[in-house]
Amino acid sequence: MAKKKPEGYLSAKESRRISRENRKITNEFEKKRKRKSVPEEEYVTVMKDEGNVLEIDNLHTYFFTDAGTVKSVNGVSFEVPVGKTVGVVGESGCGKSVTSLSIMQLVQRPQGQTVDGEIRLNMGDGKAYNIVNTPNYKMQGIRGNYVSMIFQEPMTSLNPVFRIGDQIDEVIALHNPEMSKEDVRKKTIEMIELVGIANSEGVARMYPHELSGGMRQRICIAIGLACNPKLIIADEPTTALDVTIQAQILDLLRELKDKINSSIMLITHDLGVIAEMADYVVVMYAGRVVEKGTATDIFKNPCHPYTIGLMNSKPVVGKKVDRLYSIPGKVPNPIDMPNYCFFKDRCEMCVEGCAGAYPEMVKLSDTHYVSCYRHYDNAQKEEK
Amino acid sequence: MKDNQLAKYIVKRILISVVILFFVALIIYSLMRCLPTSYIEQVAREKSMQPGSKSFEEWMKQLTAMYNMDKGIPEGFIAWLGNMFRGEFGDSWKWTVPVVDKFADTVWVSFAMGAISLVLQVLIAIPLGIIAATKQYSKTDYTISVIALAGISLPTFFFASLMKLVFSVHLGWFDLYGLVGRNYEQLDAFGKLLDKAHHLVMPVTVLTVISIGGLMRHTRTNMLEVLNADYIRTARAKGLSEKSVVYKHAFRNTMIPMVTILGGSLPGLFSGALITETLFGIPGIGYASYHSMISGDIPFSMFYLTFMAVLTLTGNLITDILYAVVDPRVRIS
Repeated sequence: MAKKKPEGYLSAKESRRISRENRKITNEFEKKRKRKSVPEEEYVTVMKDEGNVLEIDNLHTYFFTDAGTVKSVNGVSFEVPVGKTVGVVGESGCGKSVTSLSIMQLVQRPQGQTVDGEIRLNMGDGKAYNIVNTPNYKMQGIRGNYVSMIFQEPMTSLNPVFRIGDQIDEVIALHNPEMSKEDVRKKTIEMIELVGIANSEGVARMYPHELSGGMRQRICIAIGLACNPKLIIADEPTTALDVTIQAQILDLLRELKDKINSSIMLITHDLGVIAEMADYVVVMYAGRVVEKGTATDIFKNPCHPYTIGLMNSKPVVGKKVDRLYSIPGKVPNPIDMPNYCFFKDRCEMCVEGCAGAYPEMVKLSDTHYVSCYRHYDNAQKEEK
Repeated sequence: MKDNQLAKYIVKRILISVVILFFVALIIYSLMRCLPTSYIEQVAREKSMQPGSKSFEEWMKQLTAMYNMDKGIPEGFIAWLGNMFRGEFGDSWKWTVPVVDKFADTVWVSFAMGAISLVLQVLIAIPLGIIAATKQYSKTDYTISVIALAGISLPTFFFASLMKLVFSVHLGWFDLYGLVGRNYEQLDAFGKLLDKAHHLVMPVTVLTVISIGGLMRHTRTNMLEVLNADYIRTARAKGLSEKSVVYKHAFRNTMIPMVTILGGSLPGLFSGALITETLFGIPGIGYASYHSMISGDIPFSMFYLTFMAVLTLTGNLITDILYAVVDPRVRIS
């Protein structure tokens, strides 16, 4: 090396080479995805456990950028049981949203591709679809119908040029082609009332800009729930709302979930929200699941140093501290991940084994799993 | 917005426009009077050259008085404005016919050219822009962008000459010059129309090709911005097909900024295309106004330029009203 280049520096030549290789890879994926008809056996599978609505198995979603491959989701596995709420926590950029977008197959293509793993969606009658291989024409029947998503930005998530009623009508009519126009509108009004908006007829005739953020999020929820989905993915549904509205929206979500008997995958970085809502918790860090278990497992007995750090960094009423705890250091560069535990450089509890390969998931109890060397001794290794 | 509110707004805008128009006319008039070419001087020089004629100075004095140019700029402007209000636009000096007649004679062919080419532009450029945006960074996108860029960069005179060389000289499909063919007078009414249409093919093509690029790039940029918006992701998450996502949800939003461009093209419809008209020998308004201006024909130039100013202001007003039509957010304030 004659000259020392700053970290992350790419010469034009290198960048060109990377983008050429990326194009080769993504074109391959795109070609596979763009086929007009895909044989059923490619995407029809069976659930491992019929009690789950969604099983994610070793999911890898990569982004092929000009600076290199970003492994946003790097071997994530968890399941969402029927009728339960699963909370996914982790800091910004840890792959929570990309996981949820992968479930909807809405990752920004062609750069973003699900390269490996399975997402099994329970379609009922012992049938399941592997979302990763499901062709687009089938996906259109799943989105908004079996799985729906509520996004974090209610202010911009509704189309500004269409009336509220028309936007809800659209999704109902799309998935229920046999319904008449009047029935669709009736259902729309019903949905608006269901999410707790008075003056439903009037609101249906309004444009999104005439509503407040909380109202818009209610409308987004109405759109999401209009077709009684089996799974609701709520991607930080309360982040953009003020605190008084947050609780209302969460209550509403929980209430409606029970009403239509679906499951919720709740993505957030607010531990309070998780404690309030979730039955199961999945903690993600740098594209991987570091710890998962029931809410009690995670809050009563956090085992991964990252989870412990997270718990310590939330303010507690009645506890006096000079300065709120924060986890030192920063997330490793997503393009150039280390080959040891991703959290090692920030970890205050390292043991000897930490220098080795990335730790595998170990089982602490029937529901509680963690991937950390500290727990290798007092846990049996997860049988695969 | 309430109807009377809209009416109030429009009245207010029209009143402001009148004030703007007054100053625009004043500036144009002053500039016209200050032009280095003077029609009166030319005529006086010609007359004084004739044998046995009066001297140049005497002619100047007589003609200046005759053409009412013996007053200063402010007085002249007020006189012109007064005539304007009485609907008297005067006679064109250069064309020696009433200004309105000359204008009516020449404007329609230019308007036809402009209108056809605008319709073609919209029909070609907007779909191309949408295709380029939906297939960003693909071969289709690059091909469309390169062609559009070539269209923007080609100078009119070069492209027109090229067209003439290929289609008139080598292939002989079209005449080199003129709006009508040699045996125009013998044709029936429909044949006359066809003959004119045939002669307009090349000029309209030139006008369209050189202006398609800008509109297409604009559509592409707007579409790309809209396609990355959150509500497009919502639309996809609803399970809508890609077609209805792009052509229903994205298209309406793409049209909002496009309205500005289309409203702004209103004066362009009547202003004529000087270079194209000259190259193809089409007696349109661009050609006529250019020759009026270089010979210092004040009545005609004033009429033409004021008319353009009126159209520009009207175009702006229409744009603002259209904005309220396509964008519900504008309607309240």
